[in-house]
Amino acid sequence: MTGFALLQAVLAASAEAPAGGSGPGPGAVIGWGAGVLGVLGAALGLLLYVASRAFAIKTDPKVDEILAALPGANCGGCGLAGCAAYAETLVKSGGAVNLCGPGGTAAAAKIAAILGVAFDSADRRVSVLACRGTAQFAPAKYEYSGVRDCRAAALVHDGPKACRWGCLGLGTCAAACPFGAISMGADGLAHVAEELCMACSKCVTVCPRSLFRLASEKQTVRVACASHDPGKETNRVCKVGCIACRRCEKSCKFEAIKVVENLAAIDYGKCKNCGACVKVCPRGIIVNWRAARKARKARAADSSPAQEPAEAAS
Amino acid sequence: MSFGLPTFPGGFHPPDRKAPSAGCAIAPGPMPERLAVSLAQGLGAPSRPVVAAGDRVLRGQLIAEPGGFVSAALHAPTSGQVQAIGECPHPAGLRANAIYLVPDGADQWAPGTNVPASEDAVAASKPKEIVEKVRAAGLVGMGGAAFPTHVKLSPPAGKAIDTVIVNGCECEPYLTADHRLMLERPADIVKGLRLLVRAVGAARGIIAVEANKPDAHERLLREVRGIEGLACRMVAVKYPQGAEKQLIKALLDREVPSGGLPMDIGALVQNVGTAVAVTEALYFNRPLTERVVTVSGEGLERPANLLCRIGVPYKALLAAQGVRPGARRLVSGGPMMGLAQWTADVPVLKGTSGVLVLSTPPPPDWSACINCGKCVESCPTYLMPNRLSKLGEFRRFEDMAAHHALDCIECGVCTWQCPAKRPIVHWIRQGKNELRLAKLKAEAAKKKAETPEGVLPQ
Amino acid sequence: MSESAGTPGLKSAPPTAASGFPDQWLVSSSPHERSTESVAQIMWTVVLALLPTCVAGVVVFGWYAGVLIVISAAAAVAAEAAVQKVLHRPVTIGDGSAVVTGVLLACCLPPNCSWYVPVVGSFVAIFIGKQLFGGLGRNYFNPALIGRAFLQFAFPSQISMPQWPIVTRASVFESVTGSIFKVAAGSPGGPDATSLATPLAQIKPALPAAVSPLAALGEPLNQDKLDTLRDLFLGNIPGSIGEVSKLAILLGGLILLLNRYINWRLPLAYVGMALLAVLLLPVKDSSGHWTGLYAAERHWDIIGETLSVHLLSGGLLLGAVFMITDMVTSPTTSKGQVIYGIAGGILVALIRLYGGYPEGVCYSILLVNAARLIVEKYTVPRVFGTRTRKS
Repeated sequence: MTGFALLQAVLAASAEAPAGGSGPGPGAVIGWGAGVLGVLGAALGLLLYVASRAFAIKTDPKVDEILAALPGANCGGCGLAGCAAYAETLVKSGGAVNLCGPGGTAAAAKIAAILGVAFDSADRRVSVLACRGTAQFAPAKYEYSGVRDCRAAALVHDGPKACRWGCLGLGTCAAACPFGAISMGADGLAHVAEELCMACSKCVTVCPRSLFRLASEKQTVRVACASHDPGKETNRVCKVGCIACRRCEKSCKFEAIKVVENLAAIDYGKCKNCGACVKVCPRGIIVNWRAARKARKARAADSSPAQEPAEAAS
Repeated sequence: MSFGLPTFPGGFHPPDRKAPSAGCAIAPGPMPERLAVSLAQGLGAPSRPVVAAGDRVLRGQLIAEPGGFVSAALHAPTSGQVQAIGECPHPAGLRANAIYLVPDGADQWAPGTNVPASEDAVAASKPKEIVEKVRAAGLVGMGGAAFPTHVKLSPPAGKAIDTVIVNGCECEPYLTADHRLMLERPADIVKGLRLLVRAVGAARGIIAVEANKPDAHERLLREVRGIEGLACRMVAVKYPQGAEKQLIKALLDREVPSGGLPMDIGALVQNVGTAVAVTEALYFNRPLTERVVTVSGEGLERPANLLCRIGVPYKALLAAQGVRPGARRLVSGGPMMGLAQWTADVPVLKGTSGVLVLSTPPPPDWSACINCGKCVESCPTYLMPNRLSKLGEFRRFEDMAAHHALDCIECGVCTWQCPAKRPIVHWIRQGKNELRLAKLKAEAAKKKAETPEGVLPQ
Repeated sequence: MSESAGTPGLKSAPPTAASGFPDQWLVSSSPHERSTESVAQIMWTVVLALLPTCVAGVVVFGWYAGVLIVISAAAAVAAEAAVQKVLHRPVTIGDGSAVVTGVLLACCLPPNCSWYVPVVGSFVAIFIGKQLFGGLGRNYFNPALIGRAFLQFAFPSQISMPQWPIVTRASVFESVTGSIFKVAAGSPGGPDATSLATPLAQIKPALPAAVSPLAALGEPLNQDKLDTLRDLFLGNIPGSIGEVSKLAILLGGLILLLNRYINWRLPLAYVGMALLAVLLLPVKDSSGHWTGLYAAERHWDIIGETLSVHLLSGGLLLGAVFMITDMVTSPTTSKGQVIYGIAGGILVALIRLYGGYPEGVCYSILLVNAARLIVEKYTVPRVFGTRTRKS
């Protein structure tokens, strides 16, 4: 505004000068303009400063500190309505400091320090799909024609997959992921790119079959099936569904894996990631996905023309 | 053609496709090796079996009792032995058991059933007796939804019914079962109507027939002539003229309140098949064991109107009438509101009006709404389906409630006409489901908030 | 849970026992059939409805007008294909909507503008007026009019000329094969071409109350009132390519009405309100005296002639039949369309009588396009069963 006014003043002055009129000279005009506007600006600035101090809302400084430590993505993964809400709730009523997925361990440690609570460095969590039923292993029971959305397809005779527990593969989770971490594979299953996953739990909410679990990075052995159907039923609809044969239960030295309601379930308090159950499962349902990820990276490194450094390939 | 006939605003005219089966007189349906009598015959709670595997039963014998207030009794459709009670695929995707019955070929009725009642006794029966006999016969609405009839005939105190309408519109393409019933059994329809009128204490009864069935209209007109309080009216040919709310609007110019029922405005609507079933129950003591099903479609060799026992698997009907190569869809009901099936093992239910084998390919990919307004013009509930489709497309399901998505009768008029091929009804169904889930979640959260624990996991 | 031996159970895939059964049934949410009508069908029918107008433009103005129309349509299609490719969207030029935009834009252009004018206009119309909003169905403004408005200030000398060409040739054949693209203000380009201001421009500072507009229009061409009226209706007047022949426009409108793509209420409300507003709004002539209804002495025949000149000149009918009725940018309910048309009609009259330009159709439609959502919001139909009625 000031610049424009000055420009106008200059132009007016320069327009007047050749005519040699009786008005004030150009120097006086510019000087007066700058002076008046300068004083006005200073006065208003002072007024704003006084108002910001006089009408300031008293907040607990801890809330601001925690807010600064949080990434500010407002993704809702902690379960509350945004970062400000999480910060306020933490200060008001305490709670777990590691609920922020995008913030990760760094933010959790900072928050713990601000609040003065003890905090074990918690593991990074990622989202894992509990299904291996690709189109090849778990066929469809009908040809689906309709909205390409898993929640919509689930309304039509419980979805096109013959197994009523498995991944429908229509990509609702991929569309819901704000970080682009989920992609739909050609095999008809959702694939989570662990490096991109921020554990915001949107996929957990949106999947109509509730197939996603937020798991700690350390929990590498997982059961990749969610079917509670009896073995005979499961076998009819999926070649890689859990048939509750209990071999995993027998193989575990730590009693960490048990078959509950026709489905193997791991107790992560006891699981030591030894991988014994992975070896005995006749259908390869129990997966050690850290190893699988490494193998994938290795394959990618071997097949790419520019050889990756050795650390990526082990 | 139907200019000036009573009708409702909206609706449209799909191609009729009734010619293949309109001329087929009702013929007996096939008797398969095994019947699957589903315990979930329609709306309401599933019935509870009163027989077990191995029991021998006779036709009309009670094999399942009502599982709640809004539930109907179930009777053996033929004599034979109960093989098992187990899972059976259901046309509506419900998970319910069925009573598997192996017919013995004798088709013997149970004692006390299939005996004619005296005309005087029926004429003298009180309304409550009529309703009780309807309940005992396991009658449900035969138009499709299969709501237990005795519940419909027992409105709560304060909701008096002044008009009973018998719905002979059959507005869905392909279906001709009701048309044949009206041609072949008009007297039974009128008898049934009189019983219904007496059961609810109504002042009058109207049979509604669409203008594309003038022969049926004429026959029924002859039957009601001279009977006080009864009339047979012709209504415009339009889909969905046979939808309950729209029919009441056309005949009585009353609108069922949003979220309400016809009894709120003093009306009761029953299908012609239900009226016939009422006659059978009261005059012949026959519980509901069979119904007329139109078996038709381009994918079928020989369209027909078959009198099928409840529990006949669709595959028996298809084997009897022949499936053409190129058949792609198997639909229960009509093509507009019927349910597509993934297996032919599903059985005929009390509310199955048609079994269609269609060869329609999937529609082309949908594109953005061009605001042509065809859907808005023809919606019989006066909604704005274009707006609802945009909400569905962008997953704003919560906003659908404000746009009255819950009032949608899912008739399919909007989706059929849409030039952009948008799956409007599917989105509305998804919206209704999400609203229902959100309501459950809110109720659960409310309950949790009221417990004295903290808000965050510690 | 099953209670006996030989569990029936669910089959994982339907049996292909009986002949004719497909491997898998096709399952969809109801309805299971759809109409055969498509968006492409609608758009190409609109192009068909525009054909009489294009033919009339060529007959009146010569072959160059046809060239402009073709260039405009081709540029629109090319622009849409290019923009969709760059934006990684599926290319939808087959649905005919770009052709409609291109042809409509050409119909708004003078018959002697340079070849690059429709190219630039089509590109702006498709890119800014349509694709930037998200493609077909998502635009708020009529794309052709966006292009036209852009051209108005990008090439003002070519669009807002004081003199427009008018051709008076002996035969239709000569007319079609003759050319007018060299006509500039004042210099006829062919043996029978002249240039005049458009009819609306001729009555723009309103004529005095006692002067007959038809006579005034006919004077430079030495013809009587009836001939002038005939020329206004058939199209032998100066104007844009598509707006001159009212007969052709009405023919196109009939095609659209028979196919039920436009609601007759909207163009009627638009034209009707425009004429009503022209009648009722007070206007002074160049010497400061009131004209029309407010003149010292009312001449009803002159008022009638003024209304018929307003009806039959400028883009009013073209806008009423093809522009304001564009499905994407008009309300979906009848009530909404009537309100929309009335608002547009008032705006046309205001711009024509008081505004800077002699013609107000383009801007009036763009302005009501902006108001469409408000109109739709307040004309939502009452839902079945939501009003208690005592029966």
